[in-house]
Amino acid sequence: MKTQDKFDLPQGTLDLLIMRVVALGPIHGYAIAQRIQQMSREALQVQQGSLYPALHRLEYKKLLASNWELSETGREAKFYELTVKGRAHLEVETENWKRLTDVVGLILKGTLEGLS
Amino acid sequence: MSLFDGRKKELNEEIESHLRMAAADRVAAGATPEDARRDAMREFGNVPLVADVTRERWGWLRMENLMQDLRYTWRTLKRERSFAAVAILILALGIGANVVVFSVVNTVLLRPLPFDHSQELAWIAGGGGVGGLSDVTYRTDSYEAFRDHNQSFRAVAGFVPFRAPDFKLTGYGEPKPVAGVWVMADFLQTLGIQPMLGRDFTAQEALPGSASVALLTYPYWKTQFHGDQSIVGRSITLDNMPVTVVGVLPPSFDFGSVFAPGTKTDLVRAIHPYDVRNYGHMFSLVGRLKPGVTPAQAQAEVSVLFPQMRDALKTQNWASDANTVITGLKEHVSGELRRSLIVLWCAVGMILLIVCVNLSNLLMARAAGRSKEFAMRTALGAGRGRIVRQLLTESLLLSSAGALLGLGLAFAAVMYLAHQGSLALPLLSEVRIDTASLLWTLAIAMVAAVLFGIVPAVRVSGINLQETLKDSGHGTSAGRKHQRIRSTLVVSEIALACVLLVGAGLLLRSFLKVMDVDLGFQPSHTAALPITFNATTDEQRGEVLHEMVRRVGDLPGVEATAFTDSLPLDRNRSWGLQAKGRTYPPDWNNDIYVSVVSPGFFRAMGIRIVAGRDFAWTDALKGTQVILINEATAKRDWPGQNPVGKIAVGVGRGETTVIGVVANVPESSVEKASTPQVYVPVTQSNDLADQLLIVRSSLPLDSLAPSVMSTLRSMNPGQPATTFRTLDSVVDHSTSPRRFFAVLVGIFAGLGLLLASLGIYGVISYAVTRQTQEIGVRMALGATRERVQMGVISRTLRMAVIGIAVGTVASFVVAKTISTMLFGTEPTDPVTFVGVAVLLLGVAFVAGYLPARRAARIDPMVALRSE
Repeated sequence: MKTQDKFDLPQGTLDLLIMRVVALGPIHGYAIAQRIQQMSREALQVQQGSLYPALHRLEYKKLLASNWELSETGREAKFYELTVKGRAHLEVETENWKRLTDVVGLILKGTLEGLS
Repeated sequence: MSLFDGRKKELNEEIESHLRMAAADRVAAGATPEDARRDAMREFGNVPLVADVTRERWGWLRMENLMQDLRYTWRTLKRERSFAAVAILILALGIGANVVVFSVVNTVLLRPLPFDHSQELAWIAGGGGVGGLSDVTYRTDSYEAFRDHNQSFRAVAGFVPFRAPDFKLTGYGEPKPVAGVWVMADFLQTLGIQPMLGRDFTAQEALPGSASVALLTYPYWKTQFHGDQSIVGRSITLDNMPVTVVGVLPPSFDFGSVFAPGTKTDLVRAIHPYDVRNYGHMFSLVGRLKPGVTPAQAQAEVSVLFPQMRDALKTQNWASDANTVITGLKEHVSGELRRSLIVLWCAVGMILLIVCVNLSNLLMARAAGRSKEFAMRTALGAGRGRIVRQLLTESLLLSSAGALLGLGLAFAAVMYLAHQGSLALPLLSEVRIDTASLLWTLAIAMVAAVLFGIVPAVRVSGINLQETLKDSGHGTSAGRKHQRIRSTLVVSEIALACVLLVGAGLLLRSFLKVMDVDLGFQPSHTAALPITFNATTDEQRGEVLHEMVRRVGDLPGVEATAFTDSLPLDRNRSWGLQAKGRTYPPDWNNDIYVSVVSPGFFRAMGIRIVAGRDFAWTDALKGTQVILINEATAKRDWPGQNPVGKIAVGVGRGETTVIGVVANVPESSVEKASTPQVYVPVTQSNDLADQLLIVRSSLPLDSLAPSVMSTLRSMNPGQPATTFRTLDSVVDHSTSPRRFFAVLVGIFAGLGLLLASLGIYGVISYAVTRQTQEIGVRMALGATRERVQMGVISRTLRMAVIGIAVGTVASFVVAKTISTMLFGTEPTDPVTFVGVAVLLLGVAFVAGYLPARRAARIDPMVALRSE
């Protein structure tokens, strides 16, 4: 099966990516999408249809806080930042993610080796 | 949705700013603004859809949880239908009682009177605001002087509180009695009442010699004239005189409910003070205060003004004016009820507490059976908060259902109360379930849900996981602890019920004491009938009435009959009387209640003649002027002497001779000591307040009515079709407020007792079920059935005794606070206290006996095998 240049995110990972980007400092929705795209070296294209629901869900869960501030273009935009709870959550989730990928990688590697 | 409007706008702005930035980047990269915008939109996708999906995130989680809880609760309660039904019923009774009492309290105490800017209205009463109607009312001259000279009131107007004889309406079938009230032309305007149809009285209309006019009350317009709008402007015949109907009053105005509780008013007529200048005290006054003037400031003014005016007008004979008291109209109308209503309010509050305790208990019992379920949910990851929330959702659902049902019950009860026209309680006809009542319902439903839900919720959610899942659920320590809490709840339930029962018992005994008061007359088998008679001269009056009394007296079944112009415990009037030749101190109160009666009145009423003789038909107009007095008068005006044969002045024409003394009869209230009374023969006085025929009969009064009526008709074809008013009903009317409160508190106490007994039964019964094996073991080891049964009963009684002990102590405190509401009963009345204790013990015994019998019938073999 041919791998694609761009692919859809597995369930739940978008939240993690958003929090990671927001952890770098207050940032608005458009910039979050841009930043994820850049940081993934254009491999990830964030569906804006899922970006805003995710942002609002995180805000509702009090993992993110928001503020209307002047953006670099001189207009008001809604800036998001991590709450204390969000930061702790990010750490835990990042750790979990690492362990998960390690384990999945381990198994996949073993399988591939076993296959070969 | 409106809750989210602000956030919806914010979201749209956020998306807009995103699109703008995306477009700006594209422009920077060289695209035209139009292309850039289009491209950005395309990249974003379906904007409204994204907005919708995003919005769903907001309330979603919370809603989802709530829906889940509700669904779960619904399923649980559907499985336990009988539990749900009992819980909802108990709640409905408790909440319903609270809503009814709140509606009454709200109408009578909290809500302003149904008048425009009613807080500006004040009641102006002479004689310190106490005493008979003649003390609190005003003469025409003092009214005029006060109206013209005071600085506090924008308007002062009055009505005639003395019971006018019913008018006679002719031209609509048989002559019919019409209850009217005389008011000053600007009375309605002062209250801020606008006629619904037609117009108010004009000042000219009430001038002497102008045409007679009347305003119909709404109910009378509906019943007598079937809501015919064309009646306005037409003339009707009252007492054979044409009276023009100028308008119809709005349904919101019920004169009786504010100014004369328990009476109905059919129409309002304009009186001019000129016409009654020489009638003495005639008017009850209501004033509208100028803006910013308080009743206290007005009081300060009248305290100075009235004595000045009295001196200027030289009306020293009417000292009561000088002691004028100003109170807010609202306070005047409902002040006397305040204490009773607050007691009632506390009583239903206590009912609600008992209900909550009971429900708590039921839920605890249920929760004990469900502890595994919750342990399982906890094991599956539900947080403690979530479980508490789940349980509170259950309580909330139960109490909401209870509140709905209770509201229905309350609605029916309030409708019933509002139509008790004969209850002498002000504003009762205005009582209804309004927005405030609905909000109150909502509030108590929420409070109740938390009150009865919180203890079981916290208890259950705190269960030790492993213990519970391992435990087979019988006789373990957690169960014991449970049982202790439940016993405490039952004890407090009994204590609350005890306080309620003691309060109700004291009020009930007071009521019985009131019913036991020696009235001085015998109301049973006796009725009064409004009559009219044709007598053009004073001489004729005696002859006509004598003939009437003779003819009615000859009817089979009539034991005695007589004429009077007033009844005891009805509206009254007073004159002044003094012993001739005695010098009185300057501030002497010579008020005396007066009745104009015919010979035979005392026999017909069953009033004892203590000394001297009754009136005779031969006490002629021109003969010696005679009076009878009651014992209170004899004591006041001829202390230590035999008043028979003595001369009195002040009543009737010139000097009058006392020919007899009769027993005291209560005038305004059964509960007040009798005051001086004088009786004047109808053959010598034409000053009649009313025209009533008293009939005492050995037959049922209803069966007598047609023959009495046809006899009266044969003498006077214009006799209106009226019904007998039994003297029992007159007494009932007077004691109705006390009965009303005694009955209501009694009902609440009964409810409390029922709930408490349910609580006892529930706890004991549950305990027996849980201990089936233990009992089985004990019986297998040789315990007798009697012993087992006694054990259960003694346990029940132990709870009852503790509850009664606590309740009795609390009752002493409560009884002290209601001591002013008691009559002839000490707040420490031993009969009540002992009676309540015995009653509660008896009920506890029965509630414990049923489970005890079940325990005694346990078959040890079966109980042990089920282990």
